[in-house]
Amino acid sequence: MASSEEDGTNGGASEASEEKEATGRRRRLGFLATAWLTFYNIAMTAGWLVLAIAMVRFYMEKGTHRGLYKSIQKTLKFFQTFALLEIVHCLIGIVPTSVLVTGVQVSSRIFMVWLVTHSIKPVQNEESVVLFLVSWTVTEITRYSFYTFSLLDHLPYFIKWARYNFFIILYPVGVAGELLTIYAALPYVKKTGMFSIRLPNKYNVSFDYYYFLLITMASYIPLFPQLYFHMLRQRRKVLHGEVIIEKDD
Amino acid sequence: VEILDAKTREKLCFLDKVEPQATIAEIKNLFTKTQGRSLKDEDVLQKLPVGTTATLYFRDLGAQISWVTVFLTEYAGPLFIYLLFYFRVPFIYGHKYDFTSSRHSVVHLACICHSFHYVKRLLETLFVHRFSHGTMPLRNIFKNCTYYWGFAAWMAYYINHPLYTPPTYGAQQVKLALAIFVICQLGNFSIHMALRDLRPAGSKTRKIPYPTKNPFTWLFLLVSCPNYTYEVGSWIGFAIMTQCLPVALFSLVGFTQMTIWAKGKHRSYLKEFRDYPPLRMPIVPFLL
Repeated sequence: MASSEEDGTNGGASEASEEKEATGRRRRLGFLATAWLTFYNIAMTAGWLVLAIAMVRFYMEKGTHRGLYKSIQKTLKFFQTFALLEIVHCLIGIVPTSVLVTGVQVSSRIFMVWLVTHSIKPVQNEESVVLFLVSWTVTEITRYSFYTFSLLDHLPYFIKWARYNFFIILYPVGVAGELLTIYAALPYVKKTGMFSIRLPNKYNVSFDYYYFLLITMASYIPLFPQLYFHMLRQRRKVLHGEVIIEKDD
Repeated sequence: VEILDAKTREKLCFLDKVEPQATIAEIKNLFTKTQGRSLKDEDVLQKLPVGTTATLYFRDLGAQISWVTVFLTEYAGPLFIYLLFYFRVPFIYGHKYDFTSSRHSVVHLACICHSFHYVKRLLETLFVHRFSHGTMPLRNIFKNCTYYWGFAAWMAYYINHPLYTPPTYGAQQVKLALAIFVICQLGNFSIHMALRDLRPAGSKTRKIPYPTKNPFTWLFLLVSCPNYTYEVGSWIGFAIMTQCLPVALFSLVGFTQMTIWAKGKHRSYLKEFRDYPPLRMPIVPFLL
């Protein structure tokens, strides 16, 4: 997108990030906003906890991952789709994260759930699905309880520790699960030509879902390291920063 | 409170009148706030709101590139790329179509319009526009060229495709679209000339633009940035002419960006001029 013209915004401002919550520079939130966000984060923590328990119970009862996705899909779809609200939170300013970052993160989840596992039934029993489901579940439970406790001003250190350490393993595991699942879906997509429009047509446009999936997989290469290193930097700032202060004492 | 750079130990800022009860968060806020808006080259030291000593902050804007260079590059691309598709250069469509020509007259017309549009932009960059800023951040050229060149290739691919479907309402639709396109191109050019005449060569003065004898400039009565209005109009015309969804999407994205710019420009007009005409909207008369 071309730069703004007259004002020539030089030196793009760095995006607001979640670190503000962790470093205690909290915005003055109205009572309604705080109440809503607290409710939202508690509900999401509970939802993903339910998912986690359902997954564990299924595996204990059935001893296999086959049919796991089918048994939890309604709950997964409900809570993952509900997360779209987080984009709105950023838009209206009650959460200091950038709309773009949140948009990308939520969109990638919506994409996986609705455009891959929901729509491409043959991949639902792949092991890679369990891989990313486990990663998402643990990540989200940690993340939402972190936000909940932060809002209530009583953040136990171990939750902060979990939020800034679990991702080191969970991020790559989740990404691996997602990529393997998309890869497993490719033959079916190519064979059925699903979600695709061919020429000729009245609106002179075409879309090939197979190539779209390939491009999506390729986009993980630039995107994932950026997100990963961003979290690593946050971690150093939030956890490491405290250590330095203690030493000076 | 004295704030030093942790690495170089240089004095960055001196904040006076800080309360003892101030939190570190508040001090951080004060520090960033004192940096404020950037000064202009023409500002005179005496006229600045400083006391007997003035502290000026240096902000490194990073690698820069001239506006003219960016404009020329980002506009030359679409001109050239579209023609590659129009002439059906090998490896784009199947080999049996290499260097063939479309049998639809609208495809030839579309090529003329698209090419005319970008030639006009190039000439305006060289001879008409007077830029406030000399440069912009270097990374913008990559962002901008990806946008312009990418969309040009995407549109051109479909319009010049051997399986292209001409507009549903045939010659009527094309004639109407062409009329919209031509009017908006003339309008856009008229506005660029009017804006140029507002500002003497080599200066960076800002004045309120007003309608002139040229009827196309009368849009200034209703809108702050009629150049953007006409630009969107041109692309809507082109979309109707080609009945191509990618063109419509390009128009939509462009409209979104231009609306953001128009609102910003409108706001700075309102801030700078007390007597700014109240009827005007940023980009769409009465609406937006």
